Amino acid sequence: MALLDIKDVVGGYGGAPILNGVNLAIEQSDIGVIVGPNGAGKSTTLKAIFGLLKVTEGSISFHGEEIQNSLPDRLVPKGLSFVPQEKNVFTSMSVEENLEMGAFTRTDDFKPTMEWVYDMFPVLREKRRQPAGELSGGQRQMVAMGRALMSQPKLLLLDEPSAGLSPRYVIEIFEQIVKVNKAGVAILMVEQNARQALAFASRGFVLATGKNRFTGTGAELIADPEVAKSFLGG
Amino acid sequence: MIARRSLMMFAGLFVLFTVIGWFLGAANISLLLVQSFAYALIALGLNIQWGYGGLFNFGIMGMLMLGGAAVTFISYPVNAQFWGSEGPLMLGKALMAFLAGFLLVWGARHADRIGIKGRWKSVVTVIAWIVAYIVYRSQIDPAAAYIETAGGGWVGGLGLHPVLGWLFGGVLAAGVAYVVGKICLGLRTDYLAIATIGISEIIRALLKNMDWLTRGTLTVSPIPWPTPIPQDLQAQGVSISESFIYARLGFLGLVILVLAVAFFLVQRAYGGPWGRMMRAIRDNHIAAASMGKNVTRRQLEIFVLGSVLMGIGGAMLVSFQQIYDPGAYQPINHTFLIWVMVIVGGAGNNWGAVFGALLIYITWMISDPVSQWLFNNISNWSTDMGWGAIPEIQSRASQMRVFVLGVVITIALRYAPRGLIPEVVRREA
Amino acid sequence: MNELIFFFNNVVVAGVVLGSIYAVGAIGVTLIFGILRFAHFAHGDMMTMGAFIAFLLAMAATALGITTPVVPTGFLVLPIAMILAAIIALGLDKGFYAPLRKRGARPVTMLIASIGVTLIIQGMIRLFFGSGTYSFFETEQKQLVRIPVPLEGVTRTINFTQPQLLMVLCTAVAVLALHFFLTRSRLGKAMRAMADNADLAQVSGINTKLVVRVTWIIAGSLAAMAGTMLALDVNLKPDLAFNIVLPIFAAAIVGGLGQSYGAIAGGFLIGFAETLAIFNWSVLLRPVAGSLPFELPATLAIVPTEYKLTVAFVILVVVLLWRPTGIFKGAST
Repeated sequence: MALLDIKDVVGGYGGAPILNGVNLAIEQSDIGVIVGPNGAGKSTTLKAIFGLLKVTEGSISFHGEEIQNSLPDRLVPKGLSFVPQEKNVFTSMSVEENLEMGAFTRTDDFKPTMEWVYDMFPVLREKRRQPAGELSGGQRQMVAMGRALMSQPKLLLLDEPSAGLSPRYVIEIFEQIVKVNKAGVAILMVEQNARQALAFASRGFVLATGKNRFTGTGAELIADPEVAKSFLGG
Repeated sequence: MIARRSLMMFAGLFVLFTVIGWFLGAANISLLLVQSFAYALIALGLNIQWGYGGLFNFGIMGMLMLGGAAVTFISYPVNAQFWGSEGPLMLGKALMAFLAGFLLVWGARHADRIGIKGRWKSVVTVIAWIVAYIVYRSQIDPAAAYIETAGGGWVGGLGLHPVLGWLFGGVLAAGVAYVVGKICLGLRTDYLAIATIGISEIIRALLKNMDWLTRGTLTVSPIPWPTPIPQDLQAQGVSISESFIYARLGFLGLVILVLAVAFFLVQRAYGGPWGRMMRAIRDNHIAAASMGKNVTRRQLEIFVLGSVLMGIGGAMLVSFQQIYDPGAYQPINHTFLIWVMVIVGGAGNNWGAVFGALLIYITWMISDPVSQWLFNNISNWSTDMGWGAIPEIQSRASQMRVFVLGVVITIALRYAPRGLIPEVVRREA
Repeated sequence: MNELIFFFNNVVVAGVVLGSIYAVGAIGVTLIFGILRFAHFAHGDMMTMGAFIAFLLAMAATALGITTPVVPTGFLVLPIAMILAAIIALGLDKGFYAPLRKRGARPVTMLIASIGVTLIIQGMIRLFFGSGTYSFFETEQKQLVRIPVPLEGVTRTINFTQPQLLMVLCTAVAVLALHFFLTRSRLGKAMRAMADNADLAQVSGINTKLVVRVTWIIAGSLAAMAGTMLALDVNLKPDLAFNIVLPIFAAAIVGGLGQSYGAIAGGFLIGFAETLAIFNWSVLLRPVAGSLPFELPATLAIVPTEYKLTVAFVILVVVLLWRPTGIFKGAST
């Protein structure tokens, strides 16, 4: 049984559906990457998983339990976490407070998790007392991921983690993502840097007009001439 | 479809007025009609500002007070004692001081032309404001004190026709609205609401305390009517009870005429390119600005235009009541009441605003006698039960109006958020 | 020296008291704006309502004989009044604002809804209490504190009333408690998080409904506190709200909407500005009257007392023009 299993999901914001039958499956060890042109419904898929838009048909199951249309405060304790693309840190709060907010749903002691996050992103330990709004783009992205990891998720959803970062930071962020995955967290992310992201993906999904077009391992998709021609820019 | 619905609504309203008129008598219902049509003009003004322009004006009361002061000044008989005293001269000096102060501030704001820049300019501007304020106060304070004691009490009126006073009410409101709009219209909705409340409170404080200009809480009356008053008709041999009805109907005719003209002009303007632009600005002012529309300018226009109608409406109300009492103005009766009219009637639709004004005004007015009747019955029942009567029924019943108004707007927001006669959304290709 | 003490009594004491009242009221306004993103106009009426609750409780306590000679009964019942006001505030949210929020109403619709709440509360208060003026000190005395200044030639004493002293203490306690709540507690931090970025707060799994409830509890109880303090300092009238809503919003905006500490600073700023503006400077200048180039009038105030209300507004306008987000950076939506 897959960790996350999305079957024929249709959904949208109330008007015409944006998702027209999306199918995805992720195992605990996977890094899944969703690529596709603008408006294909990539970010919308993540939001549908996270209960931020209405799923009208199909099912989303996590650990075998149907979770479609559950709200985040129910999903986070189940082991799902989401890093939005923009405005993904609390700018007026310190780095440490940002991390604490990620642990809001936990009732046990989260200090060890915080140490674990600081070990993974040592620069955050240095800046723990600083307001997150004063950090650089790459550091903010680390705060955002750190915040999401504080709930000890089994699956981390990332919406374009590399957006707006300089190439050097893109590589760094991807390295961090692989590190998080090695620590036992499944990843499902949306990426614009499709080729780069598929290179380390264990599962790739090409979405267009709210539907799956191609599914395979990252390497398979890069090798597929049709995918390369239509979606990876030749 | 919508037109039929509105027609039904107005027919229902007519029946309501007739039934209430049958209960209250012709003299009372004609009084209510005059006031409710004056309120309709004011509601139309708010509908222009809020329904068309999306401008949140919480300072309607200030505009009504200005209109009232204007009509008092224009139409009240001349105060010969004031004109024969030193008062006019002293006021002239105060006016000169005001102008001098104005020039001083204006000059300071353009101090960069003579090489005073940045921080120094701010310092100079602040000093100019302080000096201007002191100069003005040094002239107006003795003038006010003199007029209030030896100079005839107050400046009196000009003794001109009341309709001129209504027009002046519009002009005065327009002038103040222009200044207010210049300062405040760039603000976000919540800030604009607070800023306009503040301005109307300042206008109230000024008009209430400038005894030399408005007699303040001493009140001015009787203010003349533009149409024959009941006593004129009685002099021509009309019976007393009928004279009130005919006089009020005459006044009502004039009010409806003003409303009709304003309504026609507004409706026409809104149907044309100007109205389309206004809707575009209201719905997405960023997009409208990027298409080269001068958003601030247009919003200022609409704010001034709406305020003109409020000023005229305020003047008509004062004329009709024949008394100007700055102490009687309350935000509930003169700002929130009008908001409820427009929200319940349908913001963005002129028919809706007029309908809302008539419906809410009559609801507001009959809440009092209805509650009184209700309380009397409860009181009788509780006396029978041995629990004693409800004390002070009369004053309590009149407070029920406020409560009913609150309930009405809450219900409207919940179940008919776009109003009873909602805005017609035109699909433009 | 006597003149300086006069200045202290009329400006410093009055400014601190008024500033405390404004600050406590403005915190509620700013918290509601931070979390729910609308200007809650009914806040002034929530204050009036809280004051009337305290008044009823005080009357009941006096009737039952639960009084102490040390603390005025108004303060004794204040905690209970605050709890009741918090419950009513939760009810108001559930009855009036929550249904609109569920429908996804714009902030401006909430603003209009708050007019409805204003009218309903006003109507209720007037229905039960008429339009008369009430005082907490009908059965007990307002105790005066006089502190003599041990200097030669000083005849005036530093004066304030005992309720004024208690008010300032209550305000200090409330502000400190709020500070520790917002910076130390999980829920307080969640409140700051939601004010900072509501979407992210939701995504983080923060129970936003709980945060909204806590906001109303704090705002409601502080409103009751501010209203009661005002009523204890002056007197109690049904239309208390209209005179107070403007300075309180001015304080919240001047401090930057959404900023709790800004609201406190704004409250004291407006309070002091008002007392300074209506202070009669002639008294201070009298000792040097001979050396002034002009004749000293009997009263020389920056604005006449009748225009006290305009002071808050002028400060508001200046701040809005000079720094639209407030002295402290305020919320931008």
